[in-house]
Amino acid sequence: MHILLCGGTGCQSSGSSVILDNLQKELLMKGLSDEVQVIRTGCFGFCEKGPIVNVLPDNTFYVEVKPEDAREIIDEHVIKGRQVKRLLYVDPENKQHVPDSKHMGFYKKQLRIALRNCGFIDPENIDESIAHDAYMALGKVLTEMSPTEAIDIIKKSGLRGRGGGGFPTGLKWEITSQSVSDKKYVVCNVDEGDPGAFMDRSILEGDPHSVLEAMAICGYCIGADEGLIYIRAEYPLAIKRLKIAIKQAEEYGLLGENILDTGFNFKIKLRYGAGAFVCGEETALIHSMEGKRGEPANKPPFPSVKGYLDKPTNVNNVETFANIPVIINKGAEWFSAIGTEKSKGTKVFALAGKINNVGLIEVPMGITLREIIYEIGGGIKGGKKFKAVQTGGPSGGCLTEKHLDTPIDYDNLIQAGSMMGSGGMIVMDEDDCMVSVAKFYLDFIVEESCGKCAPCRIGNKRLSEILEKICEGNGTQEDLERLKNLSNVIKDTSLCGLGQTSPNPVLSTMTNFWEEYKEHVHDKKCRSGHCKNLLYYVIDPEACIGCMLCVRNCPVFAITGERKQSHFIHQDKCIKCGACMEKCKFDAIHLTPDYVMA
Amino acid sequence: MTVITLPEDKIEVRIKLSEDKIEKINEICDSFDNDPGELINVLHETQMTYGYLPAEVQEVIAHKLNISVAQVYGVVTFYSFFTMVPKGEHPISICMGTACYVRGAEKILEEFKNELNIKVGETTADGKFSLNCLRCVGACGLAPVAMIGDKVYGRIAPDGVKAILSEFE
Repeated sequence: MHILLCGGTGCQSSGSSVILDNLQKELLMKGLSDEVQVIRTGCFGFCEKGPIVNVLPDNTFYVEVKPEDAREIIDEHVIKGRQVKRLLYVDPENKQHVPDSKHMGFYKKQLRIALRNCGFIDPENIDESIAHDAYMALGKVLTEMSPTEAIDIIKKSGLRGRGGGGFPTGLKWEITSQSVSDKKYVVCNVDEGDPGAFMDRSILEGDPHSVLEAMAICGYCIGADEGLIYIRAEYPLAIKRLKIAIKQAEEYGLLGENILDTGFNFKIKLRYGAGAFVCGEETALIHSMEGKRGEPANKPPFPSVKGYLDKPTNVNNVETFANIPVIINKGAEWFSAIGTEKSKGTKVFALAGKINNVGLIEVPMGITLREIIYEIGGGIKGGKKFKAVQTGGPSGGCLTEKHLDTPIDYDNLIQAGSMMGSGGMIVMDEDDCMVSVAKFYLDFIVEESCGKCAPCRIGNKRLSEILEKICEGNGTQEDLERLKNLSNVIKDTSLCGLGQTSPNPVLSTMTNFWEEYKEHVHDKKCRSGHCKNLLYYVIDPEACIGCMLCVRNCPVFAITGERKQSHFIHQDKCIKCGACMEKCKFDAIHLTPDYVMA
Repeated sequence: MTVITLPEDKIEVRIKLSEDKIEKINEICDSFDNDPGELINVLHETQMTYGYLPAEVQEVIAHKLNISVAQVYGVVTFYSFFTMVPKGEHPISICMGTACYVRGAEKILEEFKNELNIKVGETTADGKFSLNCLRCVGACGLAPVAMIGDKVYGRIAPDGVKAILSEFE
């Protein structure tokens, strides 16, 4: 019997380490330590309901487990063989208990390729990975294939870069393999800076060997003997598990010199990022690895030709690598049968925001937003109305109700004015102000702009100022036009991908939520009630008894009215100090987004 | 390889670091073979040891790696992970990732600012708390989230901030 316990960052934050200790203590007390093994795995994905405990072999899925529940799980489930019903997931539709993950709405539509082992194995034990086919693909490639044959499989599979750009992976490998040099490098990009995205981190925390194996395969294909993993220093758990995994793989002869007696050498080192969003761009990432400021460079030359230390360098994202071993093992045809015509396979998304089931999901390309939000995500939190989904992070855009039935793939998302990005998917409801959301992303860009080129450094600052002005209720028609023009200039003239895509949140919200911009500017109204300056204090004539308290307390004499008659606030005079609302004893004063004319 | 040692008089006048501190920084540089390409790793290690990277420390590193102080300063100020001011005893980081933002992280930040009476990037006068923002802890299921030291606090409500801070009194 095995008890799997989620050890991902989300569940650890809500106390999964204490649960682990308690489970082990209980087992020790009952003398069952030898028979029941407690394993700390990577992320199960269902973060909303964490911490999660999964008991095997019967696959019972306990959610929102607390440290004090450990005793009951051991006493009831392990010893007496009875499920602890109160810890089972309850289907929100029919209120039935769902004992296993297969029948949960959250998992039904998912297809896990990159996340295949997350939540099933102990990431700190290489034997478990090997039992789940780790390093089989590496063995196959080294002993049965030439580099060209292996590259051919990747090309035929149709795998495209999962970091966001969607460049065909096989083609990238081919170009790097054709560059002539005495030394080449394989780089794994783990600079996951997109706010609200945690896909790559979860893969590394849950299944580090899949990435190490794929890097070695890549090394063999392109003729490199050294791999570098550029990882954010903010990911301590992923770093720890990677270090353990590299050490174990070296001990087993799966990394290092003369791998599997084939004469192929490949070693992997870690390089730490230090918190700069732009370093996700490959040329900036390479500068950062060289110990410099992470500023991007002009392309060409592409890193495939001239990269790290001026040597040909193949940079791929974590999720891209995690797909490689499966493609080698199961074949290009198997992989290319999944997905849409031009986007093959699956994509991992970090589903978050105003949604019931926050978590990490992996779905086949071509699935619709409606399926993701309402079936996997379980709908909008609090039964509110869906407004938009932001994909692609600060470089992406918003998708709205009209896109709910569009099949998701690289090309459709671009056509809809957004992009795949690395996989952040933030759901927004009617309470979110789209102008403020655009401003939120702009502020992020302003902070993260490296400052090398003027359009990005200065232009985005100006965009942010205009948005601020609009949110404060001082926007004009000219501001709206300036916003659009400046966005297009930044898009056309910036040096790197970060700058070229930085106005996307503005452009996409302007396209999809033009009405809201107009309301902010012309009607001085924020329909979501988010912009404080666009809220108005009003007196409910029904509730007001005419006590004169607010009239006397208003510092600018904006309230008028006679005793025992309901009072009135003159919006043109009101400074929105809130003194009236504070003083009113009858709850008769409210904030509303609708301006009331005198 | 030429090992550059700091002229004694300069250490006395310009840098107010104790001998053993300088020694320790030199050791860190040595462990990376004094390779300028390892600058970021050197800075990580140094910040881990001293908590922050003041100008004096940067000067020692620059001499040791045989690069200009400007280059070190350029790197330190480029990356948000490096800091030139010491953090508080309990560093507070509010997650400003998008998931937390749409679930009300702004209000939480305001509340922390009011309670501590400091701005983002500052440390309280008694050195107990410092306040910063970060982008995504990866605990989006618990949004809005804040980190104090290594501990993650999830599903924070604005009126719960006081209670959290009182844990540290």
